[in-house]
Amino acid sequence: MPVIRVEDLTVGYGDRVILENVSFEVRRGEGFVVLGTSGCGKTTLLRSLIGLEPVQAGRIWIGEDELTGADDARRLRILRRFGVMFQNGALFGSLNLLENVRLPLEEFSTLNREAMDFIARMKLEMVGLKGAEERLPAELSGGMQKRAAIARAMVLDPEILFLDEPSAGLDPVTSAGLDRLILDLAEALGITFVVVTHELASIFAIASRVIMLDREQRGIIATGTPAALRDAPPNDKVRQFFRREAAEVKR
Amino acid sequence: MNSLASRKPTTADECPGWQAGLDADGTRRIELSGVLDRERVEILWVRANDFVREDHSERWVVNVRGVSELDGAGLALILRLQADVLARGGRFEVEGLSEAHRRLLARFDPKGYAERVAVEPCCQRLPDQVGRATAQIWDDFRTQVTFIGELTAAFAEAVRRPRSVRWSDVWLAAERAGADALPIVALIAGLVGLVLAFQSAMAMRPYGAEIYVANLVTLAMLRELGPLMTAIILAGRSGGAFAAEIGTMTVNDEVAALKTMGLKPVSFLAVPRVLGLVLMVPFLALFANLAGILGGAVMFLTLDYPMSAYFDQVLSSAEPRHLLSGLVKSVAFGLTVAGVGCLRGLQTARGPSAVGASTTRAVVAGILLIVILDAVLGTVFYFIGF
Ligand SMILES: Nc1ncnc2c1ncn2[C@@H]1O[C@H](COP(=O)(O)OP(=O)(O)O)[C@@H](O)[C@H]1O
Ligand SMILES: [Mg+2]
Repeated sequence: MPVIRVEDLTVGYGDRVILENVSFEVRRGEGFVVLGTSGCGKTTLLRSLIGLEPVQAGRIWIGEDELTGADDARRLRILRRFGVMFQNGALFGSLNLLENVRLPLEEFSTLNREAMDFIARMKLEMVGLKGAEERLPAELSGGMQKRAAIARAMVLDPEILFLDEPSAGLDPVTSAGLDRLILDLAEALGITFVVVTHELASIFAIASRVIMLDREQRGIIATGTPAALRDAPPNDKVRQFFRREAAEVKR
Repeated sequence: MNSLASRKPTTADECPGWQAGLDADGTRRIELSGVLDRERVEILWVRANDFVREDHSERWVVNVRGVSELDGAGLALILRLQADVLARGGRFEVEGLSEAHRRLLARFDPKGYAERVAVEPCCQRLPDQVGRATAQIWDDFRTQVTFIGELTAAFAEAVRRPRSVRWSDVWLAAERAGADALPIVALIAGLVGLVLAFQSAMAMRPYGAEIYVANLVTLAMLRELGPLMTAIILAGRSGGAFAAEIGTMTVNDEVAALKTMGLKPVSFLAVPRVLGLVLMVPFLALFANLAGILGGAVMFLTLDYPMSAYFDQVLSSAEPRHLLSGLVKSVAFGLTVAGVGCLRGLQTARGPSAVGASTTRAVVAGILLIVILDAVLGTVFYFIGF
């Protein structure tokens, strides 16, 4: 039983179609990575999976629930299973990090204040931000904001985590640490990850399967495990993308 | 090349040259020369354009050996020619281009450049424009109605479950919109009262009725000017601020983050702000009334009446119903200003100028709606004797 099932999805803005007739499945507990050049619609796809962009055609199921055409109650039930990190973090600018991470707990749990604070602190430490609890987002670097956003996305222990370019702008050491965290969470808690990333090291670390989107074709041009795509690229674009890795490894 | 220093006059050998010749086999040969850069290429642009459209040679060779400098604009000229020749099925060659320039030119696919942007006559598009404008107004109207519906539902929810309201945000909005606005509201209302008193004194002096200036100022402030001036100041201060705050959150995806957490932006962002402002606006209007009446009293000092006469007149004319009708109005104005500010913030589009545009729209729409609402309520109150 796939945890996300997408059938003939078409998304876009106004009259403009970005992705057309896209179909794929994400299995429970896997690291599902979305690749593609910038502007090809990775963020758009992610936003449609979490119900933000209106879908022009096609259907999306989350487990047994259909997201497309869902009423408020069903939608809310589906959203509770998600954690989302937006491409730019999207932390609440008027709240400090602890308050940002605590907010979902305040709204959706009956824990007392002390327990909420405790959990929020734990999540911040998990992404390496211990000691920055009182800082405002504007006082942090972009990479730190992204990590705080990951902490916020995880605070309600979601079933599926959507991460939009989590390692862009991070140094290689922090980025590798994040990959390890993702693997641990997937293994220990069975969380499913849907991740947009360009970092080849991350892809090989966390991806059980990848799809590659393309702007001209407005759809998926390759699906498979990273190793399979590297060793037998189905087309030039995939070959070019993975050839970068050879260059990186040589260095 | 330093572009700041390049205002120097063009000398004869820098002047871009265009020499067209025809080979024996019918090949069109163009010799370009001089400096082909952004500032000088324009001399050739129109000429080259016309030429390539009228000349129908099958094969073109453009020679740039005589060109001493070639920048991006010069390359654009070559691409322009290439695109037109290729588009009608001809062949095109460039001679004398350096390897680097050749690689640069090869990055462009001439296909997309062949069509010129056609300038359509405006009248043909009129129906189209009218259609679009109508659709836009209809869309706008629909989102407004939807928003009012959502806001009402959110308030109903807030009344049912007061603990779900973010009270800390309510007090923050009340402080910023209310307490912080007090000095400016008092100042403006006081000055309006003063000016009103002077103007009306002038009108009443011939009848020896200057004492009734007190009645006029009182009535005008309580029923009309106190609430109205307060609301206009709030539209500029708080309506704009709400739109900017929420607009920035929209642009930063913070609103999207709220939605994916399953929180309603209207409950979470609009309700505390609307509530905070509406709680404060009657008090602000009350202060505006007071300041206006005191302003009128300042004018009274210049007359020969004792000060107590002024306040006697004020008290005798300040019936509770006048005060009340003004305060009712002020609450309606407050709801409008705060609602429009939040709505415009949530409607903010993408891009760097979007927040500014939303703020402007919030202030303009806020003031317009206040004045319209004032006219409607003023008329209704007159006829029902309130
Ligand atoms: N809110 C929007 N309105 C209109 N067009 C958009 C919007 N967001 C993104 N786009 C367009 O959709 C395309 C895909 O964008 P996006 O999904 O952000 O790409 P990626 O994340 O792969 O870099 C781009 O061409 C972009 O210009
Ligand atoms: Mg993106």
